[in-house]
Amino acid sequence: MTTALKSAPKNPPAQISADTLPASGAWATDARADAAGRLADMGLPTRRDEYWKWTKPDSLISAQPDPAEAFDYGSEAPIFDPIDRVKIVFVDGVFDADASDPLDGEGLEIERLADAAARDIHWAKDLYGVLEARGQTPVVRPLAAYNTAMATDGVVIRVTGQVNRPVSIIYRHEDDTSDAVLHHVIRVEEGAKLTLLENGAAAARFSDVTEVDVADGGEFHHIRAQGRCHDRQAITHMFARLAAASVFKSFTMTVNGKLTRNECVLELLGDEGVAHVAGAALGDGADDEFHHDDTVFVTHDAVACESRQVFKKVLKNGAKGVFQGKILVKADAQKTDGYQKSQSLLLDEDASFQAKPELEIYADDVICSHGSTSGAIDEDALFYLRSRGVPPHIATDLLVLAFLADAIEEIEDDVIADEVTARLDGWLARHRG
Amino acid sequence: MAGMDKMNVKEGVEEETVEAVKSLAGTYKYGWETDIEMEYAPKGLNRDIVRLISEKNEEPEWMTEWRLGAFARWEKMVEPEWAMLDYPEIDFQDQYYYARPKSMEVKPKSLDEVDPKLLATYEKLGIPLKEQMILAGVEGAEDVPAEGRKVAVDAVFDSVSVGTTFQAELKKAGVIFCSISDAIRDHPELVKKYLGSVVPVSDNYYATLNSAVFSDGSFVYIPPNTRCPMELSTYFRINAENTGQFERTLIIADKGSYVSYLEGCTAPQRDTAQLHAAVVEIIVEEDAEVKYSTVQNWFPGDENGKGGIYNFVTKRADCRGDRSKVMWTQVETGSAVTWKYPSCLLRGNESQGEFYSIAITNNHQQADTGTKMVHLGRDTKSRIVSKGISAGVAQNTYRGLVSMHPKAKNSRNFTQCDSLLIGDKCGAHTVPYIEVKNNSSRVEHEATTSKVDEEQMFYCRQRGMDEEEAVALIVNGFAKDVLQALPMEFAMEAQQLVAISLEGSVG
Repeated sequence: MTTALKSAPKNPPAQISADTLPASGAWATDARADAAGRLADMGLPTRRDEYWKWTKPDSLISAQPDPAEAFDYGSEAPIFDPIDRVKIVFVDGVFDADASDPLDGEGLEIERLADAAARDIHWAKDLYGVLEARGQTPVVRPLAAYNTAMATDGVVIRVTGQVNRPVSIIYRHEDDTSDAVLHHVIRVEEGAKLTLLENGAAAARFSDVTEVDVADGGEFHHIRAQGRCHDRQAITHMFARLAAASVFKSFTMTVNGKLTRNECVLELLGDEGVAHVAGAALGDGADDEFHHDDTVFVTHDAVACESRQVFKKVLKNGAKGVFQGKILVKADAQKTDGYQKSQSLLLDEDASFQAKPELEIYADDVICSHGSTSGAIDEDALFYLRSRGVPPHIATDLLVLAFLADAIEEIEDDVIADEVTARLDGWLARHRG
Repeated sequence: MAGMDKMNVKEGVEEETVEAVKSLAGTYKYGWETDIEMEYAPKGLNRDIVRLISEKNEEPEWMTEWRLGAFARWEKMVEPEWAMLDYPEIDFQDQYYYARPKSMEVKPKSLDEVDPKLLATYEKLGIPLKEQMILAGVEGAEDVPAEGRKVAVDAVFDSVSVGTTFQAELKKAGVIFCSISDAIRDHPELVKKYLGSVVPVSDNYYATLNSAVFSDGSFVYIPPNTRCPMELSTYFRINAENTGQFERTLIIADKGSYVSYLEGCTAPQRDTAQLHAAVVEIIVEEDAEVKYSTVQNWFPGDENGKGGIYNFVTKRADCRGDRSKVMWTQVETGSAVTWKYPSCLLRGNESQGEFYSIAITNNHQQADTGTKMVHLGRDTKSRIVSKGISAGVAQNTYRGLVSMHPKAKNSRNFTQCDSLLIGDKCGAHTVPYIEVKNNSSRVEHEATTSKVDEEQMFYCRQRGMDEEEAVALIVNGFAKDVLQALPMEFAMEAQQLVAISLEGSVG
């Protein structure tokens, strides 16, 4: 059932030797070598793997990325522009000091991974590749191990207080053939709070791993905007470990993008923790294919924790949506409240949706449930709006936004939520008919 | 079920539910053994054994070749590991693949000639092999007016069919109901045409094994525009030790026909696990309807998990014709290990598939069961209602597939699967696969008491019920749906389950 580590991988990776790993200090060299070892044991993903049956891994593991032309935004302001934030800019995976703000802030320690990795001792040692390695059981995630071994840069953030200005990572994409591998490590200390924003196409092919460790009573909020550049491909992993009474909330908006797979692996290890993951994906396969995959694994290993998975997909012109979600409730995780929702709205006959909402429950005093639906726009609702004089395209847009509302509601900050809604509106306006 | 007395049952689970599960899984009533002289094929599995089974059944050459072809494929296959089941490796060479009571060596011409020991066995199981007005001997049935209801029974004992009742009366209606070995001899044209057409020889590991070594089973043919005059039933009994039972059932419902088919099964209580790998194929032509109901009550193993039946079953219905309909109802209470996914291929336009299941696991039982609804024709409908109940240290998994193909326009699926855990040492799991490839179809998958139909809730609330009462009413209504889908004969047995409410259930 679960993909256990096999001694002989079906698809062995090209040999990663010590001299191909990015040069680092002692701790990072060890972490990279361990990750390379994990990858060698598990092998690269193939279509025969249970968790890759609906998404082709081929273009994510090829030697060279498929070229992707940089997107011309024209006069369009990038998302999150109106928000006061600490900006950190990577261009095709390379840190851009001139475009970035000074790496500091009250209650914040920010460093580049490249700098932290160069040192012989660093606090990130206890997290880098550590949460990723924990997240490899019971389901292997070889591309995350690859990232830990090969990541060239990223940010390392320690949050010690209530940080009011969000930290914003902006990924610019300029080079048509760039292949970026970034890895971030975030530690939210006891009672501290951070909001992390991410946006931009990043590269022709982008591999991103974020490891987040939230201490007792800490809060981590994450809002990510992907896509816009249609040709780019992305594989992202979020590994989070949550202590008692901590809060983790992550929302991802994806508008277009040939291939996106977002994996999120959450562990609730302290009592009364809260973990929410949400996503709104809109895809139009008219010009090129659109394939969007959300793969989520939430483990409840403490008492009275709450988890939510809310994923919505709006698909048209052959766009494909995939949802693979799982809630695992361990025997001691009594009073768990887990809910998983995966819904797709298919705007035409060619769109398709595949879902596997799984539950694995070993505790008896829990509320765990899931709902998954797929279908076309509700003709009755459309008729209702049209009979009141609403033009058809506006009526459709209204119903699509209403469909996405549950996911957007997962964003706590109203200003950011409005910014996201405006972008979704923009997509709808561009993709009418 | 000493274990459950000490178990901490969560608040909110009704006493009645616990009692009902206890009484069901308490003592295995059918664990006795018939002392009868048996004749075995040598232990192990090879081409010679396959030939021997074919010879014993006096089969024509084409059938022998078919089996050998299956065996050759099986040898190249690997046992699947994806189910959430954990059992010691099965030594397929340490089994008997054919066991027949000595007295069956010369096939009895009528039920009067059958060994009285065998007849007594079925009598004791509550399945009298007599042509009389019967309600298949189910406990409590005497309270129900029989009103001339008849059930024809095909009784399978280890590897052979002992006899089939009411054959003459069925023949008058044009219905063929006999053992599959008789059908291979007497109706080769039908068997050749349909055998393996729904579950191909190489479908999966256990089905391929079954294709090579099946020894007997039932065959049903309902001619066009015929309503089968009585319910048909097969009762499977495993008696011999270290012997696998591999039965094959083939049901063909021709255009406009109707049949209700019941299946029951039991086995003696033993310390060693025994293998059961069956295949059921159903062909449903235009406007035909088949109801297939099972109460699976194989020996589940003792409370320490010793012994029990390993039950690997492939059941599939092919709704070939337009407006054809199939309904699977199963009450799964037995077996140490259950691996079973009764499926519907909805090929015909406007065809319908339904799956109602209650799976109860206790002690060390493990069940990985569910259904597949494959929508291929337009305007097809399917409904899945599955209730899993786990107690002791048992594991209960619902695994299902709903697939809407691009041509299955305007199709509809509704899935509801609930689980209940009694005690804190067991597990309940849900693994649904949903694949939607057109947008005019609607697929809904739900799994919680709090997500009951809002209109129904509103209706109840409006009439003054509080929320809890309303939910209880609606959910109980749902559980009864499964039970009411059972024919009278099984409903009696399943009535013990009606008390089970799904309060506190998890998806």
